[in-house]
Amino acid sequence: MAYVSVKGGEKAISNAHRWLEEDRRGDRAIPELSTEQIREQMSLAVDRVMAEGSCYDRDLAALAIKQARGDLPEAVFLLRAYRTTLPRFGASLPIETEDMAVRRRVSAAFKDIPGGQVLGPTFDYTHRLLDFTLAANGETPIEPAPQADEPQAYPMPTIASVFRHEDLLEHEEPTEGAGEPFDLTREPMSFPAGRDQRLQALARGDEGFLLSLAYSSQRGWGSTHPLCGEIRLGEVAVEFVPEELGFPIEVGEITVTECTMLSGSSGSATRAPQYTRGYGLTFGHCERKAMSVAIVDRALRRAEIGERADSPVQDEEFVLYHSDNVEASGFVQHLKLPHYVDFQASLQFIRTLRREFFERQAAMKEAAE
Amino acid sequence: MSLETVVGGAPERRRWLSVLAKAMPRELVEAWEALKERPTFTALRNAETGLVLVRGRMGGTGDAFNVGEMTVTRAAVRLPEGETGVGYVGGRDKRHAELAAAVDAMMQSPTLRERAQELVEQLARQQQARREAAARKAAATRVDFFTMVRMRSPD
Repeated sequence: MAYVSVKGGEKAISNAHRWLEEDRRGDRAIPELSTEQIREQMSLAVDRVMAEGSCYDRDLAALAIKQARGDLPEAVFLLRAYRTTLPRFGASLPIETEDMAVRRRVSAAFKDIPGGQVLGPTFDYTHRLLDFTLAANGETPIEPAPQADEPQAYPMPTIASVFRHEDLLEHEEPTEGAGEPFDLTREPMSFPAGRDQRLQALARGDEGFLLSLAYSSQRGWGSTHPLCGEIRLGEVAVEFVPEELGFPIEVGEITVTECTMLSGSSGSATRAPQYTRGYGLTFGHCERKAMSVAIVDRALRRAEIGERADSPVQDEEFVLYHSDNVEASGFVQHLKLPHYVDFQASLQFIRTLRREFFERQAAMKEAAE
Repeated sequence: MSLETVVGGAPERRRWLSVLAKAMPRELVEAWEALKERPTFTALRNAETGLVLVRGRMGGTGDAFNVGEMTVTRAAVRLPEGETGVGYVGGRDKRHAELAAAVDAMMQSPTLRERAQELVEQLARQQQARREAAARKAAATRVDFFTMVRMRSPD
């Protein structure tokens, strides 16, 4: 088949991009946003972009948000594109979330969890009333957050560690001689997927998609009847072994959100009744997402636990192939690029079909008469 | 990984490298500039930004999985007396990595160690103060269920 390329539109494109720049800036009578302001004051947007962009760098995420005019999936795309320009020094040791400097930790399942219910900086229990003092001419006077006489003690026991001695809750230990975990950025998606592949895909997956899947599960489409065992937010150190040193050093601290969902399991002939766990871990403060990931992770473990699969949330191909918003957005949005030849071909085909249809109709009419 | 597997004074070095990495770039620059005498240093390796793949554990305690990447900048420097130092710091601040490497080299120099040690301790105190302020704020948001208990069993 001959390939015909059509050129043109350069001027239109360049002018469109100039207009985009102007629109991004908005009304010039209003002061321009700095990336520092976005980083500090739009911090949850920054967290979402880092989590889904799969790249922890608050300044880069803030820049991406500014450039994308606040369109977060577009900002995620920018961050993903940028990361491909950087060399990879290696992989960290696994972060130890048990050692987290916890700012927030709640358990909805166990009121008396050791360490207590620590609310941290949360939207929970706010009345969701618009606060017009924030809109009024500049900043509202901010009182510093109260500080207790005694600091919170760390490390704070996890829900898993509390019940460990009774074996009531599934407990995970590192496997001797476990190989390198699956890396989606270096290997193509493969099925059946291991839990390592699934958790990586979910960690960078679209929050909206995962939230809806988790919701569908809760509403009965593959329900795991979850209870929120624990949510924690805080800082963990990242340790890395530089080649030239040969021993691990901390290269920094990152903020993560972790969620454990508990689902009762009545066991089997060989497995004692026990709570199974769904696990969600994300960069930054992304609580809605970490909870959704934990529900979806547990639903996807259905084969291992021996549950029937009849819902989207339990189908790993469905979930993993559609959770990435850069891929999803690319495929949906490519439809707006020129498809002139496709349309031309399909137009010819429909014209032929219509001609044949009307010819048949005319023939039938003639026969009837 | 246990500290015992590390040889030759590395536990100490791990600590100061960690303090230097976790310092805010601004704090390190200020502390460096406040030094009475600053050694000159040359780059063994120019500061370079790259990525470290961050791993987590399934269920918090199990086998590793890949969470995502973080930006990290590294540098290696040499002091006039020959001591070499490395810096690996989260983020993309090249000055941060170079100064971390310079202080690492100073920490290995018998004549400069004392000065560098003071700088490291100052940064450690700043980090400790931040950590403690957050821990006090967290403690202030801990739910006190005392009232509910009293309602069930009045005196």
